[in-house]
Amino acid sequence: MKIAQEIVDYVSALSRLSLPEGEKAAMQRELEKILQYMDVLEGLDTAGVEPMSHVIPLENIMREDRVMPSQDRGELLAGAPVPDQEAFLTPKSVE
Amino acid sequence: MEWSAYTALELGTAIKEGALSPAQAVQAGLDAAGRHTHLNSFITLAGTRALERAQQLRPGGAGAESPLYGVPMGVKDNICTKGIKTTCASMILGDFAPPYDAAAVERLNQAGAVCLGKLNMDEFAMGSTTETSYYGPVRNPWDPGRVPGGSSGGAAAAVAAGEIWYAIGSDTGGSIRQPAAFCGVTGMKPTYGAVSRYGLIAYASSLDQVGPIARSAADCAAVLDVIAGRDRRDSTSLEYAGPLLPRLTGEVRGMRIGLPGQCFGDGLNKEVRAAVLAAAEILKSRGARVEEFSMPMLDYGVPAYYIIACAEASSNLARFDGVKYGWRAEGCQDLTELYTKTRTQGFGPEVKRRILLGTFVLSAGYYDAYYKKALQAKALIKSAFDLAFQTYDLLLTPVTPTTAPKLGETLSDPLQMYLSDVYTVPVNLAGLPGLSMPCGFDSRGLPIGAQLIGPLLGDLPVLNAAHAFQLETDYHRRMPKGGDAL
Repeated sequence: MKIAQEIVDYVSALSRLSLPEGEKAAMQRELEKILQYMDVLEGLDTAGVEPMSHVIPLENIMREDRVMPSQDRGELLAGAPVPDQEAFLTPKSVE
Repeated sequence: MEWSAYTALELGTAIKEGALSPAQAVQAGLDAAGRHTHLNSFITLAGTRALERAQQLRPGGAGAESPLYGVPMGVKDNICTKGIKTTCASMILGDFAPPYDAAAVERLNQAGAVCLGKLNMDEFAMGSTTETSYYGPVRNPWDPGRVPGGSSGGAAAAVAAGEIWYAIGSDTGGSIRQPAAFCGVTGMKPTYGAVSRYGLIAYASSLDQVGPIARSAADCAAVLDVIAGRDRRDSTSLEYAGPLLPRLTGEVRGMRIGLPGQCFGDGLNKEVRAAVLAAAEILKSRGARVEEFSMPMLDYGVPAYYIIACAEASSNLARFDGVKYGWRAEGCQDLTELYTKTRTQGFGPEVKRRILLGTFVLSAGYYDAYYKKALQAKALIKSAFDLAFQTYDLLLTPVTPTTAPKLGETLSDPLQMYLSDVYTVPVNLAGLPGLSMPCGFDSRGLPIGAQLIGPLLGDLPVLNAAHAFQLETDYHRRMPKGGDAL
């Protein structure tokens, strides 16, 4: 698998990461090398194999809809970089 | 014998018998940590808090029936501790102090555990050497020029050096077992779901599992007896069929142990091979039946693992955006700039690499070729293990292809670092219990680990075989050069 610079730019944008110009070429080479290695999976016959997300079969378990104590809002906000009394603050996101 | 040479259970007994108080035990741990600051095993040492906690513990108090009551321990820094800084060894979490304890920590506290502090690790548990930590690398107590393994490198180093008597870590692809092997201690990744992941900061949720690192298999069983079990806050957690400790008999007569040929081929260091095969002989001498067999699917473990783990990481780490917790980049005009600047400056190179890889394998046009293919490989690996466990009760393999490398040796080549996880990652893909136990030393005096793998929910036979091995050997009792006087 060849990784073009545009692909690195594209996945960086999706990931909300902005690699400095100096790091881009190295990251491109590394990703290419890693993905080339992962291509060994192409040699594996997976025809008709169901993709497996969890190894232990889980069933939905229903419980009563009861109010349970949760975290205290003030305590949760205390860990935020810029909170006020009741919310996380961010720069304006809608004009 | 110095207190630091005791196992966790021995120290627990000494505390019960009044030979030392919990506060004296804490002081012994802090003294050892003070002598070994060059190891950098702790990110946060909570000495004062630990002493206060120890002084509150009384004979017959709540939790005093636990064999680990009052025994000082440490917690990997990706496991939440209420009011104690939890960083994931990343700049992006800043001084974040969680408002709650992880489920495993909560249960340990109820059993009278005393937490000495938070242990260094690879950033977000991504790495096999503990060199990707924002807080600097951890050094191996057996040779400070070498890495302790990773990602739970601080945990393994601190237990090996006698700073704590056990630790809880996390294992996504070998992060408990591999550092345990490099540091000459015992570490266990239990069956997926055995321990609640509530409060474990997620890396790859379908593979992450919390588990113990300690000197002996019996210590690991005692820790699991406290932390394992169903928790409503983790819907993948399982009912617990414990307790394990009272059922460790060391009886392995008639046990069938399989050695997958793929784990003993090219790429395995000769001294490691010899030590692991010698471990097989010891189990044989106690009555186990050992034979080699072939498991070709194991060759697909590393590519499948890194695709799945990175894909899940790219999604899980989206929450670190400078809004809800931790650190935020300065001077951002809009929300996208805030996210991008915070993440670009706050994450280290290995974390970025895995986020980008994961985003790539999930992106339109590549999903089928990589992510879906990896999930199919996972299904086939699981089937291959199921088939093996029709014939064998346990599997025995090396933990790592070599002993601990020098600092800096593998960091420059990420693919090489990924490949060194070849023996541990298939266990996570299949959700199985796996344990790493010390089984010898190479000619440089570095520890070698052997891995026991059991079927789903086969945590007891895994621990029991390790216990049998440790009844015959003393590798797990050896202390790094000069014991406590590093």
